[in-house]
Amino acid sequence: MSSVDTGGGEQKKGQPQKINLRVDFTPMVDMNMLLITFFMFCTTLSKPQTMDIVMPTKDKDLTEEDKNQVKASKAITVILGEKDKIYYYEGEPDYTDFNTLKVTDYTPEGFRSLLLQRNADAVAKIRELRIDKVKKKITEEEFKEQSSEIKNAKDGQVVVIKPTNGASYKNLVDVLDEMAICSIGKYAIVEMADGDNFLVQNFESKGALSAQTGGK
Amino acid sequence: MSKVKVKKQDTFIDMTAMSDVTVLLLTFFMLTANFIPKEPIQVMTPASVSEVKIPEYDVMTILIDPQGQVFMNLDRPDDKRKVLESIGKQYNLTFTPKQILSFVNQTHIGVPISRLQSFLDLPLDEQDEVIKKFGIPTDTIISPNNQLAVWVTTATEINENLTIAIKADQSTPYALVKNVMSTLQDLKKNRYSLITTLKTMPAGV
Repeated sequence: MSSVDTGGGEQKKGQPQKINLRVDFTPMVDMNMLLITFFMFCTTLSKPQTMDIVMPTKDKDLTEEDKNQVKASKAITVILGEKDKIYYYEGEPDYTDFNTLKVTDYTPEGFRSLLLQRNADAVAKIRELRIDKVKKKITEEEFKEQSSEIKNAKDGQVVVIKPTNGASYKNLVDVLDEMAICSIGKYAIVEMADGDNFLVQNFESKGALSAQTGGK
Repeated sequence: MSKVKVKKQDTFIDMTAMSDVTVLLLTFFMLTANFIPKEPIQVMTPASVSEVKIPEYDVMTILIDPQGQVFMNLDRPDDKRKVLESIGKQYNLTFTPKQILSFVNQTHIGVPISRLQSFLDLPLDEQDEVIKKFGIPTDTIISPNNQLAVWVTTATEINENLTIAIKADQSTPYALVKNVMSTLQDLKKNRYSLITTLKTMPAGV
């Protein structure tokens, strides 16, 4: 189609000279390829990832005690403080002792290793599942089902996340991310209570507040 | 005497077929492409390992910038028109067809409702400048004028399948995000997504 041979032109020895009307399509293809690459990148980048979260309802009927009904030994409360600091305490805090609060950071050696250690059982199980999935022993659906079963096991690790006003949005997403990395299925974002504010201030002043109040 | 004639080899490759294929591919990508809507503020979303993609349709994006300005976006033009009509009824405002068209063309909702009409009378490129100065009022304490709640309720009434997505900048203080989140909680919208960029899963976990 691209080359059309036509007669005509200058007459030579009584024969019509053939003029080649072939059009070179190479630059056209080049340009098209460039445009395709452009559109390909645009479409893949325009779909951002999301992280689904479910917040607890603001039901007034629930008392503080109901909310805190988790096994103390399996609970860890994380307070996201200013300047990328994480304070945490395990189980019930001891308000008289400022050392009840420990401090860590967002590095893999800090918060993640802590969670991995505490959630070692579930992490090991999930890892086995993942190997099974790679070896095609189980299907994608089975993997999802079983991993969510492990994550939501009854005596599993519970994490209560309490972001302070000094924390940034990135801190919150980072912590939620660690939940996904460390296979923790039970976590909740909860508002800071007065007791938690006290704990942080007491920790920062190295026990000055609890000394003042006389260990109340 | 006959010479051995070297036959002239034609090295010309016919690119027509190739061109056909590329044009087809190009049309395909052009038709399927959905572009990132222009946003009044630049937002750097935090990274996460989550691989869940945002749904293609019925998404309501709430944009929060580090200064606490809030903007809202609906992806269906049809929903937008209905939302505007409903808002007009609630606030006793009547919008001219030109204003409605302008509202549908403007990607983000981000001015107080009292200023909406004069805002919509401006040409589109001026709107982009003006919108940056405002944002949807979300005050819950000082003056109980939480217009974000009004917009969200109206939008979800009109389209029940809406997914709510929060897109906030990394450096936004949590207090500002909390404000939006608690507004959503008050409206009993407990399920929503946070928009993040992809980060690879750390090895060995």
